[in-house]
Amino acid sequence: MQVPAYVEYEKATSVEHAIALLARFGPESRILAGGHSLIPMMKLRLAQPETLVDINALTELCHIDVVGGELRIGALTRHAQLLDSALAGGHFAILHDAEQVIADPIVRNWGTVGGSLCQADPSEDLSAAFAALKATMVIQGPTGKRLVAAREFFTGPYETVVAPAEVLTEIRIPIRSGGGSAYVKVGRRVGDWPVGAAGVALWLAGDSIADAGIGLSAVGARHFAAAEAEEMLRGAPPTEETFARAGHIAAEHCRPTSDQRGPEEYKRHLACELTVRALRRALSRATGRDV
Amino acid sequence: MQITMNVNGADYAREVEPRLLLIHFLRDHLGLTGSHWGCDTSNCGACVVWLDETPVKSCTVLAAMADGRRVRTVEGLARGGVLDPVQQGFVECHGLQCGFCTPGMMLTARWLLDHHPDPSPEQIREALSGQVCRCTGYENIVRSVLWAKHAEDAGA
Amino acid sequence: MSGENSAYGPVKRKEDARFIRGKGQFVDDIRLPGMLHGAILRSPLAHARIVSVDTEAAQAHPKVRAVLTGQTLEDFKLAWMPTLSRDVQAVLATDKVRFQGQEVAFVVAEDRYSARDALELIHVEYEPLPVVIDARQALDPGAPLIRDDRAGQQDNHIFDWSAGDQAATDAVFAAADVVVAQDMLYPRSHPAPLETCGAVADMDTLSGKLTVWSTTQAPHAHRTMYALVAGLPEHKIRIISPDIGGGFGNKVPVYPGYLCAIVGSMVTGQPVKWVEDRSENLMSTTFARDYHMHGEIAATADGRILGVRARVLADHGAFNGSAQPTKFPAGFFHIFTGSYDLQAAYCEVTGVYTNKAPGGVAYACSFRITEAVYLVERLVDLLACELDLDPAELRMKNLLRPEQFPYTCPTGWEYDSGDYPRALQVALDIAGYADLRREQAEKRERGEYMGIGLSFFTEGVGAGPRKHMDILGLGMADGADLRVFPTGKAVLAISCQTQGQGHETTFAQIVAQELGMSPDDIEVVHGDTDRTPFGLGTYGSRSTPVSGAAAAVVARKVRERARIVAAAMLEASPDDLEWAGGSWRVRGDPDQSRTIAEIAMAAHSALDLPDGVDGHLDAETVYNPPNLTYPFGAYICVTDVDPGTGQVQVRRFIAVDDCGVQINPMIVEGQVHGGLADGVGMALMQVIAFDTAGNCLGGSFMDYLLPTSVECPSWELGATVTPSPHHPIGAKGIGEAATVGSPPAVVNSVLDALRPFGVRHADMPLTPSTVWCAIQGRPVRADLAVL
Repeated sequence: MQVPAYVEYEKATSVEHAIALLARFGPESRILAGGHSLIPMMKLRLAQPETLVDINALTELCHIDVVGGELRIGALTRHAQLLDSALAGGHFAILHDAEQVIADPIVRNWGTVGGSLCQADPSEDLSAAFAALKATMVIQGPTGKRLVAAREFFTGPYETVVAPAEVLTEIRIPIRSGGGSAYVKVGRRVGDWPVGAAGVALWLAGDSIADAGIGLSAVGARHFAAAEAEEMLRGAPPTEETFARAGHIAAEHCRPTSDQRGPEEYKRHLACELTVRALRRALSRATGRDV
Repeated sequence: MQITMNVNGADYAREVEPRLLLIHFLRDHLGLTGSHWGCDTSNCGACVVWLDETPVKSCTVLAAMADGRRVRTVEGLARGGVLDPVQQGFVECHGLQCGFCTPGMMLTARWLLDHHPDPSPEQIREALSGQVCRCTGYENIVRSVLWAKHAEDAGA
Repeated sequence: MSGENSAYGPVKRKEDARFIRGKGQFVDDIRLPGMLHGAILRSPLAHARIVSVDTEAAQAHPKVRAVLTGQTLEDFKLAWMPTLSRDVQAVLATDKVRFQGQEVAFVVAEDRYSARDALELIHVEYEPLPVVIDARQALDPGAPLIRDDRAGQQDNHIFDWSAGDQAATDAVFAAADVVVAQDMLYPRSHPAPLETCGAVADMDTLSGKLTVWSTTQAPHAHRTMYALVAGLPEHKIRIISPDIGGGFGNKVPVYPGYLCAIVGSMVTGQPVKWVEDRSENLMSTTFARDYHMHGEIAATADGRILGVRARVLADHGAFNGSAQPTKFPAGFFHIFTGSYDLQAAYCEVTGVYTNKAPGGVAYACSFRITEAVYLVERLVDLLACELDLDPAELRMKNLLRPEQFPYTCPTGWEYDSGDYPRALQVALDIAGYADLRREQAEKRERGEYMGIGLSFFTEGVGAGPRKHMDILGLGMADGADLRVFPTGKAVLAISCQTQGQGHETTFAQIVAQELGMSPDDIEVVHGDTDRTPFGLGTYGSRSTPVSGAAAAVVARKVRERARIVAAAMLEASPDDLEWAGGSWRVRGDPDQSRTIAEIAMAAHSALDLPDGVDGHLDAETVYNPPNLTYPFGAYICVTDVDPGTGQVQVRRFIAVDDCGVQINPMIVEGQVHGGLADGVGMALMQVIAFDTAGNCLGGSFMDYLLPTSVECPSWELGATVTPSPHHPIGAKGIGEAATVGSPPAVVNSVLDALRPFGVRHADMPLTPSTVWCAIQGRPVRADLAVL
């Protein structure tokens, strides 16, 4: 088995301490949370940080609660905890749908929500799910906290706006009534990264769609979102025809690349097909007729 | 760096490099070779142990991260020399062939039965879906876990 | 005979006791005083000239004890080693690297982390060369020459081989009402046992004895190889194969890492452990399959199969290292005549070099029978489509009948026994075949797509008669030694090597059955060349057919020796004694009897024995099988396909196997379960693919996907028993049957589901994208990614 290169190690006792350590050890220091994104990279020596700042003791970053009309998820929340949370799943079924298909049950025990988001893999399921929910990230640094929309959080493959001496602390999702959400993923096998995946959050008002969020993973969608398709959905009736059009627009605007998971043509098809399926399921949940 | 760890009920203190993986700490530093490793990418699950009562892939955890915590390996499954019903189930139902994936499978099974005392075959398969077996085709592993469940129900 | 077959049965395994406690001893568990660790530096390029190798910085690392390069090994005359196909393979590259992942240097250090660190301190300068990745282009004029190290090699051609009667087959095809042809790829895959390959080499410079613990399925063959390659005296080499975490053919060859560990030990004077990581295993150890096949089937208009024909392009990688009996460069592929009554068959196989890892015969292939069965079972399904006949009916119509056995097929294999129609009927009954077809029709009306796929296979296993079968010149006969101690306990030493098949239990059962002892009183010793007789090891399902036969024969020899001793004890003539399931007794006077235990004590005592009989109760034998044995089976797979995404779910899998007499039905079932999972994996997700630059895309379990408990259904098994007429206990072997028979069942099932879309064929693995692209009529090649 491959093993990491030499690295120094510090254990943070508070968020402020973690930030101070990051500042002290400079840009070659990295946060160590669950380690299930970072350590595999270190073993393959694709990542070679000089110092690790272990934040596993920061229990204040491990919570799921509702505060001020928002569902707030601490960045250190383990995937398994988010999957098990009736509170999170009750408000946003998309989170359960997504967590159910992320990695495998054992990896979910230790990997964290924040860790996955900060890894910023273009195929990350949670990136699409939070994009669909139009979540906000809370980032804390030496000068205090700042809020960044999920759709502005990622700046490229494996790149986020989190600066070297900053820590992602929380993800916040506004809770609104009249909504339903869902996540649909195609992988080559259980636990695989998606070949394509779509997450949808729908809010209805009367006979039409009041608001929609569509998150896409692994298909090169800008900011993991299908903004043009969302635009089209707003005010439209939640019919098969509307959904089909939304799927096509979503497919049109993404930029999948061919690789061993499949050719571009197939991934673009998935962007369309899975958007439609996620819309259907989100609608069922919004109207109480759960599939 | 110095780390301390409670493994299978015994305390250990050792000097290690921060980069040392937990699986290597257990195998090479403590001589507990019952946990195995089989891949480079956290996929195969041969390395599963309990960390603070939670199954984890020990190839993806640094020994430093387990400092001050409790670890349970296959060597700690039997209590006082008495086999755990999960271990008995694997023998009764031919749930192992080469034995390489077996420690990890049994530890996950033990955790599952502790938290979900009445799992269906589908739930068992789901719980084990992060661990690969190349020999058994999984059927007898599922039967082994069900055997253990029934043995525990019967108070055996 | 009283208690017939009483030792056979679902006996719990003896070996489990250590494994469930985590007390197995695998190669990486071995720790010796002063042991050092080795690591291999591998080529990042698929084809390149080596300009220079600079190891100075690595050698200066405070924890490094030695660095070997191809140059170092040249001085030992060990830079190249023979392969199992009479080619040579570089141990550490000297002139060129010829596949991505090829071994270039070997570091020996105090611990595994330092060894890994030191690899980064070795600087190799490469001059890239054009690559040959697509086997279909390997013989194009002007294709880059890979093996310029071979005198006289002008191109990438390795061999041409054929079997069958070409003229007769051509005539049959010319006269046939219907001919169906299809190109099909059996893609490159990899056995991927959970434990990777490795060795601990300990050269005792004082005594000159070399001990190597290694992951080998054939310890004695390896010992002879090291003697031939390294010039070491064979009686000074001890190979110990401890517990093996799965073999599946991956642990048959001698790998460069083993030799490097040996040289490392010689150079440092200390034990050296080398265990590869998973990427090394997937990228450099023996792959499996990679057969580009063109198959044809000829039949009458009403579905009588007349003949089969095939042309195969075999991708052997950069060195020809495939492991099959010498006379058969394409293994037993010519059993592609399958389970049917044919008039004629002919096949041609051309082997080529490419810039990929060597190998080819591995992964429970029964020496290429996986490829053969896949081809013929796909052709039969294609014929069924062409004639609009039910695939079960078509098979039933053409299966060999019991009265035709022993049956010599058109390419010369003599199938020993079988009742094929019965096995197929049992499978159809378990499946509820008619109900499934009804369900399929109903679902199609609703736009839901399920498939029912069949596979009927015959394998030839248990290589083999030494006259016809040898590996590297070593005839494939195996020995067995049996010693019964004074207190009536026994030790059986065998030459084969379990990797999870349960030999410690099943072989004890064989001897127990012959001698009326308890299997608990029989210790099976294997895996240590110092303690066991010579043999060719465990692969190709040969343990039960060959070593199992040897065990039965040697036990019968002991039983006959016991007769003589008992006669002396009872003061009777040996001819007056009869065997009574555990004791010899005087015919007509049952009170006058002696048990094996009593006989054993007497045999070691001062009891007067006839001339020529010298005491003790031991025997040895070498078993030279008169023929292969022919297990067979009928498989049915039910899948559900989502055409919107291309996803496939295996809903049910019915497997009826006939492996002759079953020693331990529990173990037989386990062997079948494991092989069926292989079918799901190969059919739906496994492939070692490459890009056009020669980069291996299957170098980790993130991309070389293996089936988990979720992809596998609950297997439904049945069995028939048709004993092998020539095997001492009528057993045939079961280790590879399911791996052979299952992939075509899954593929046939998926393609059956896709019939309404007009999809005729699609190559494995049938991943979601492959299935979807096939439905669109725009199939993609899975083995070669043009990125």
